[in-house]
Amino acid sequence: MELQKFQYDNKTVKMFAYATILWGLVGMLVGLIVAIQLYLPAANLSLPYTTFGRLRPLHTNAVIFAFVGNGIFMGVYYSLQRLLKARMFSDLLSKIHFWGWQLIIVLAAATLIMGKTTGKEYAELEWPIDILITLVWVVFGWNMFGTIIRRRERHLYVAIWFYIATFVTVAMLHIVNSIEIPVSFWKSYSVYAGVQDALVQWWYGHNAVAFFLTTPYLGLMYYFLPKIAQRPVYSYRLSIVHFWALIFLYIWAGPHHLLYTAVPDWAQSLGVVFSVMLIAPSWGGMINGLLTLRGAWDRVRDDVGLKFLVVAVTAYGMATFEGPMLSLKSVSAIAHYTDWIVAHVHVGALGWNGFMTFGILYWLIPRLFQTKLYSQKLANMHFWIGTLGIVLYAVPMYWAGFMQSSMWKDFTPEGQLKWQFLDTVTKMIPFYIARSIGGALFLTGAILMTYNLIKTIKVGTFLEIEEDEAPALTSNYQSHSKEHWHRWIERKPIQLMIVSLVVVAIGGLIEFLPVFLIKSNIPTISSVKPYTPLELQGRDIYIREGCYTCHSQMIRPFRSETARYGEYSKAGEFVYDHPFQWGSKRTGPDLARIGGKYPDSWHYNHMIEPSSMAPGSIMPSYPWLLEDQLDANSTMSKIKAMIRLGVPYPAGYENIAIQDMEKQAKQITANLKKDGIETLPDREIVALIGYLQRMGTDIKVKASK
Amino acid sequence: MKFINYLESITGIGMYPLVSLIIFVAFFALVTLYVINGNKEHFEKLRNLPINENK
Repeated sequence: MELQKFQYDNKTVKMFAYATILWGLVGMLVGLIVAIQLYLPAANLSLPYTTFGRLRPLHTNAVIFAFVGNGIFMGVYYSLQRLLKARMFSDLLSKIHFWGWQLIIVLAAATLIMGKTTGKEYAELEWPIDILITLVWVVFGWNMFGTIIRRRERHLYVAIWFYIATFVTVAMLHIVNSIEIPVSFWKSYSVYAGVQDALVQWWYGHNAVAFFLTTPYLGLMYYFLPKIAQRPVYSYRLSIVHFWALIFLYIWAGPHHLLYTAVPDWAQSLGVVFSVMLIAPSWGGMINGLLTLRGAWDRVRDDVGLKFLVVAVTAYGMATFEGPMLSLKSVSAIAHYTDWIVAHVHVGALGWNGFMTFGILYWLIPRLFQTKLYSQKLANMHFWIGTLGIVLYAVPMYWAGFMQSSMWKDFTPEGQLKWQFLDTVTKMIPFYIARSIGGALFLTGAILMTYNLIKTIKVGTFLEIEEDEAPALTSNYQSHSKEHWHRWIERKPIQLMIVSLVVVAIGGLIEFLPVFLIKSNIPTISSVKPYTPLELQGRDIYIREGCYTCHSQMIRPFRSETARYGEYSKAGEFVYDHPFQWGSKRTGPDLARIGGKYPDSWHYNHMIEPSSMAPGSIMPSYPWLLEDQLDANSTMSKIKAMIRLGVPYPAGYENIAIQDMEKQAKQITANLKKDGIETLPDREIVALIGYLQRMGTDIKVKASK
Repeated sequence: MKFINYLESITGIGMYPLVSLIIFVAFFALVTLYVINGNKEHFEKLRNLPINENK
């Protein structure tokens, strides 16, 4: 058979590697800054752009989509070409993909600190960026499938299955969760409301973990671990079962983020059952990774890259054991809203994704530059500093989470809550300090790696042209006469993609359709009315400032919560919440029934200096809300958008909304004046107070009738 | 863009988790059967794909 010569595209791999390192450092640094702000709130510099609520989404987005995202593309572009014996399909598409993704990252960073956000966790980017993401993702898929079609190796190695499943599922998740109605160029409302929005959002959020942080990295594990260890994967059979079981089960698990909330019970149970089952395929992957090294553990001693990979796979095993445990309702009741969850995700992020990326970089960069790693010693140092960093990060957070949760639930013998919420916050401060030290160590390790790799790059010469040869695939492939159905899927990338899509879509459909189509799942409450224009504007300020990153709006039906916050939250209370703002973390108290709890002046003073109203509070101050003028002109388009979404404002209300808004603002200003506070009615703080005072009061109205 | 509730309620919603479980177990069983009965040489070839590159 005639051998065809071709060249691998190493340049794109190199560029993605550089981007991975750069954005990794940025994402981790922002993480460290927000960690420090939790015990030094003044570190927000009293500027809107550097406040926790805006920087925290920047941190999560930078780490997930910039650091891990570029890491995925680096690994995929390297391994795909070699597994398929073909150059990437199109150099132009590779270029568009690379620069398009970097453009998205820069736009994301700029808009997030400007406060342009949808307010949905891990999907905060506004609609123009959502569209750009979709386009660049299609370019990635096009380039990948083009390469697969032009391949010279008939069979698709399991790593490629993971890449294909990643591509198709992320596309589905991103599109379904991002359906929103634009109000202006940088503002939109989610088409879903309340319980439906929560269900879609956590279906997305959970599977972003599954199909952005897990499946592509499992693909990388299946390629790079055998490659670096120079041994084939332990069991190929296990990898097939592992693949299908994992993608099938993962998609259902989303509702485990919403246990004990207003989501229908059957949906919660569904999430629990599938989350518990998920441990089997997850551990299948871990076992397959670790057993690949059986009889080769001596190599782990000598190869620093392998050391990172071993810890990464172990961290994956730990996080995926913990995940199903956290999905049990009784465990979730303790862990949800606390720092326990923060510890859990960081075992995954720092251990699994971080260490896997570092391990691959230490192996890949010397190969791309035809040289040896500049310093093994520095790399070993990075390994130990990084590992220590993970431990110092995770242990205090587990401890803090468990402690805070027990304090929330503590009652005195007389039946009173034992602790004020604030007591439980101030007790966290030593743990927050320890955590930031752990994070700083992890970042220090990454800086060491960057130095080490720069030195390596300086010594080496880049392997721009890497040639290889392989026979072309013959078009008259004779399959075995009794070919198995699965072998047919293995050979056909498009079929593999379609079967994967069907497998992941089943879960989504069975979860969503009942909640969307059947009335009894969201019982309506007649006293729940749409927000007034002022409250709607205030709510948008709440979203803009990222209040949901620290405050929940969901009181669970526990005695400890109803005693502290009031009546537990009902599904019918959120029917006009586009988007929902239930939150997932209580660094501050729940706000679902904050309305009417304090006078307007309390909120005013609290925003100037939170610790003046709540001594010891770690909330940052928001002085700009007092000075900035509310953008009243947007009211009309906002009401119009809400009417389009089915919120029952009277016909033509958008035209008179501004008058209503001014009326309510004047009333709040008058209330403030009684307490000696002079402010103009058109300031942002007035709208925010309007929203805060409305929250959770609709049900109270009913009770007083 | 409005979502309308087409049905007042649904009977036997408990069937949903059960149906999904059955679909999963059936699929899982099929894949497992394939993996057990599959051609050993074929798996061996696939398994060595990352290792058997030229370099």
